[in-house]
Amino acid sequence: MSLVFAGVCSHAPGITGRAQMADPVVSARFFDAFRSMGEDLVSARPDALVIVAAEHFANFFMNNMPAFAVGMADAYDGPIEDPAWLGIARTSIPGNTGLSRRLIEEMMQTVDLAYAEEWKFDHGIMVPLHFLTPRYDLPVIPVNINCQGPPLTPLHRAWALGEALRRAADTVPERIAIVGTGGISHWPATPDSGKINEAWDREFLDRFVANDKEALLSYTDAITYRDAGQGGFEIRTFIALAAAARGRGTVQFYQPIPIFSVGCTVATLEVVR
Amino acid sequence: MQKLLFDLNRDTATQERFRTDLPGLLNGYLLTPEEREAIVSRDVGLLYVLGANGQLLMHYAALLGMPWAEYIAAMREGVARHGPVRAGIYAMTTGLDERVASV
Repeated sequence: MSLVFAGVCSHAPGITGRAQMADPVVSARFFDAFRSMGEDLVSARPDALVIVAAEHFANFFMNNMPAFAVGMADAYDGPIEDPAWLGIARTSIPGNTGLSRRLIEEMMQTVDLAYAEEWKFDHGIMVPLHFLTPRYDLPVIPVNINCQGPPLTPLHRAWALGEALRRAADTVPERIAIVGTGGISHWPATPDSGKINEAWDREFLDRFVANDKEALLSYTDAITYRDAGQGGFEIRTFIALAAAARGRGTVQFYQPIPIFSVGCTVATLEVVR
Repeated sequence: MQKLLFDLNRDTATQERFRTDLPGLLNGYLLTPEEREAIVSRDVGLLYVLGANGQLLMHYAALLGMPWAEYIAAMREGVARHGPVRAGIYAMTTGLDERVASV
């Protein structure tokens, strides 16, 4: 029927795994904004939630790395990580094979996708779900963009993926919500973990909020790596969402929280016809 | 080395074999002597310097039960002992004495 909700959020494992190590006043504001986005999402009465994520070698590896992949299963297990380390209990999240298949068939008209009937969720999807749909009662369709193993999916192809997702969402009878999840600048899983380039993040968010395609696609990987770290490669997920929603964004929350290793972000996008 | 960490990351049977039959498990992978020694001695710092993907290594450290601060310190110590990261996109850009998020 249509795309009924579009938003983006952070997914760093420290958000849940190291929740107690942050300033409780700051983290409470972030968690409130995160949960509030979940309430807005549910209020849009979606039949399924498509999550555009930057998977981290949990399912796809350098033996066969797809530029894009979409899940096509009736259930997904997660988290793949040690549950105590991540602070999220292991569970099964419902999917929707038939809907996945119809979305994939439409998206494939313009974007070459891999698809997978087996897929385990890592923190990149589990952390957002923990706040957005904490009862895991909304069917999820995972989408992955290669932000991890160079050569990476080009930014303009992430935009093309977003356009294809939008067209597919408008084609199926179900009501679809889409959430993109990634970091802006960050240097996760290194001794630099906690380093955040706030000025770079704010400049990126300005471009994102304006849905300025040309400005969003003008980053090179070399510049992103220098100024925003290898975690900055995950801007692809935000770019796909901008293409899918077509409208302007609103940032509900942005603040660097170093122990979470990322500038914590919650933002929504206006869905424009 | 990364293939082993990838399998350990997602496969409970591999995790079990890691605990009960490490030599047999390692025989199934193409490992340099340095990589093998780093795995056997649980040297997260050396694995980091050898270029293990950061996401894989972070989950591996969690599998070993390393607390967060200890894991960060192990990577710094690895660079102090063995020099800069030799491969991949997870290089260290901060100084050896920095404590970025107070850890």
